[in-house]
Amino acid sequence: MDSLNSLIDGFGTALTPMNLLWAAVGVLLGTAIGVLPGIGPAMAVALLLPVTYGLEPTGAFIMFAGIYYGAMFGGSTTSILLNTPGESAAVVAAIEGNPMAKTGRGAQALAAAAVGHFAGGMIGTILLVVLAPTVAALAVDIGAPDYLALMVLAFIAVTSVLGSSRIRGLASLLVGLTIGLVGLDQMTGQQRLTFGSLQLADGVDVVIVAVGLFAIGEALWVAAHLRRTAGEAIPVGRPWLGGEDVKRTWKSWLRGPLIGFPFGAIPAGGAEIPTFLSYVTEKRLSKHKEQFGKGAIEGVAGPESAASASAAGTLVSMLTLGLPTTAVAAVMLAAFQQYGIQPGPLLFEREPDLVWGLIASLFVGMVLLLALNLPLAPVWAKLLRIPRPYLYAGILFFAAVGAYAVGGEALDLVILLVIGLIGLGMRRYGLPVLPAVIGVILGPAAEQQLRRALQISDGSVTGLVNTPFSITVYAVVVLLLTWPLLRKVVVRRRNVSA
Amino acid sequence: MSTESESTESENTTSVSTPAGSTSSGGTTSVSTASVSTRKGNLAAWWRERSELGVGVLLFVLGALVLTDALTLDADLAGRGPVGPATVPLVVGCGLLVVAVLLSVDVLRGGRGEAEAGEDVDLTEPADWRTVLLLAGVFLAFAVLIGPVGFPVAGALLFWGAAYALGSRHFHRDPLIAAALSLLTYVVFDKLLGVPLPGGPLMGVI
Repeated sequence: MDSLNSLIDGFGTALTPMNLLWAAVGVLLGTAIGVLPGIGPAMAVALLLPVTYGLEPTGAFIMFAGIYYGAMFGGSTTSILLNTPGESAAVVAAIEGNPMAKTGRGAQALAAAAVGHFAGGMIGTILLVVLAPTVAALAVDIGAPDYLALMVLAFIAVTSVLGSSRIRGLASLLVGLTIGLVGLDQMTGQQRLTFGSLQLADGVDVVIVAVGLFAIGEALWVAAHLRRTAGEAIPVGRPWLGGEDVKRTWKSWLRGPLIGFPFGAIPAGGAEIPTFLSYVTEKRLSKHKEQFGKGAIEGVAGPESAASASAAGTLVSMLTLGLPTTAVAAVMLAAFQQYGIQPGPLLFEREPDLVWGLIASLFVGMVLLLALNLPLAPVWAKLLRIPRPYLYAGILFFAAVGAYAVGGEALDLVILLVIGLIGLGMRRYGLPVLPAVIGVILGPAAEQQLRRALQISDGSVTGLVNTPFSITVYAVVVLLLTWPLLRKVVVRRRNVSA
Repeated sequence: MSTESESTESENTTSVSTPAGSTSSGGTTSVSTASVSTRKGNLAAWWRERSELGVGVLLFVLGALVLTDALTLDADLAGRGPVGPATVPLVVGCGLLVVAVLLSVDVLRGGRGEAEAGEDVDLTEPADWRTVLLLAGVFLAFAVLIGPVGFPVAGALLFWGAAYALGSRHFHRDPLIAAALSLLTYVVFDKLLGVPLPGGPLMGVI
């Protein structure tokens, strides 16, 4: 009941004209940037960070939430009409959506995807409302050793669950931790890795690292391998669904979130696994198995619904535990830190207006997105024809704006370029980018909690594992370290059915 | 999923066209009878195929740097609490050295990082580093120019230069779009969103 009251208060915050405006701007920008080929949700959120610098936190995060969900809505348009998914979560949408578009059913594919996102987002956000306060209440007493355990969990999760090579994931994490070390030591004020530079003494701003790795690194990598003949987008009319289509898809829309939400909340790589599992489930349950691979509408509806629900699940662990499980959550965590707000169990107590306003605006954003996407899909689809030189020049341009806006320093632009070149190298040699970003964001905090915990226990290592919570989390860490064996089973199954 | 692995495979095969890839550790031992020039060619191909070893070297250097920095911290101040400012850097530095060695071993055993695929990425073509260098140059020029000439001018040059480097050759349309985008961004950020950007002499005139 308590959370229902808080949610109603949240709607009071979200429905003020200014916040409604920020939500609308957020979903518009998010959809537009999500539709643009080559830009996934993480880069969209990183590029749009500077837009929020002038806003107060509540408005900024309401806009952010709109960008996040909008980018997911827009991303499926790209997969269906271009058949070139930019991110792993959109791969499944292309498998069935693109054949549908090719056989003249693009409008139905877009509608099934849009309603799927809406249903998944709605159900996922309702689960967020129900679960998040409970999780936060359970975790509210946690101390330094518990926080450290959570961060270790995040480190291990991003390095060993994501990507194909653990060594490369670990290398990426260590590079991130190193960048996080630059600057004054928080406890003694000693300069570390600053090489006497005054500007480096402030440390490297997290936003610059995120924009450098996600935006500059990606733009330079694409520039090195630019496809000279861009894929042709399939023209499409206004999305609509016939009665027969709705009869086939409504169960898929409802099943998707059941798979997507739990996978979003745990550090298992975001939407990639749940969209795939949802696809397999729909294929198994469908009465039209022969259509799969040639444009089965259930294969669009279920996975898209699962993807949106997993985004809501991501927010549960991000808001209540401060644990980012996806790249977008990592960038949002960085944004919270910009405002001096630390997501975690205390967030719901300390910033109820912000949190509940944010959650309420997710519902508002979802309605706005459905209203925007169904009638305007043909307009959004026009964005697919943007000339690639303009697209990537624009990414560099806005990345530069963002990095400069952080502190008004030209040196930040040079650091941004250097980090972008690191990002380019990482893409060339298959080092995943996410562990580095998580390392920069959580590294300094983890060090502080480690030193605090050991100060309390007077240097005894047992001080790190003296609570049930931390022991539980370390048990999960051990489980994750044995995950490759389990993963092999999943991958084998995936290869059989794909 | 399948397209990703196919395209990386094809990139690998383009760079492994010479038979040098067959030797796993020695590299030069099997070509003792061959002439010096082919040995050189084989050696170059051997290195090209294992260019990822460079990543290991960089990680090693970075680890050494972190360790050196940690060990030269002022020891007198480190006494506060059982864990001083040098502890975590020491752990990270050692971690980097270990990972550098493990990664190099993995590469020598034939492991390769998969180059990232994407919507506009064509991995079947060899990398076009000229474009990347041009873009980096344009970006550095922006960093140098933003102070003296202000954001609207420097930003327009950045967009125009980047579009040119990426292959756009519309000599009337490109600068117009660049100028409009830069000016619009300046107005929106500086005036509407409250994010200050330097106007430069041009804005002083207007």
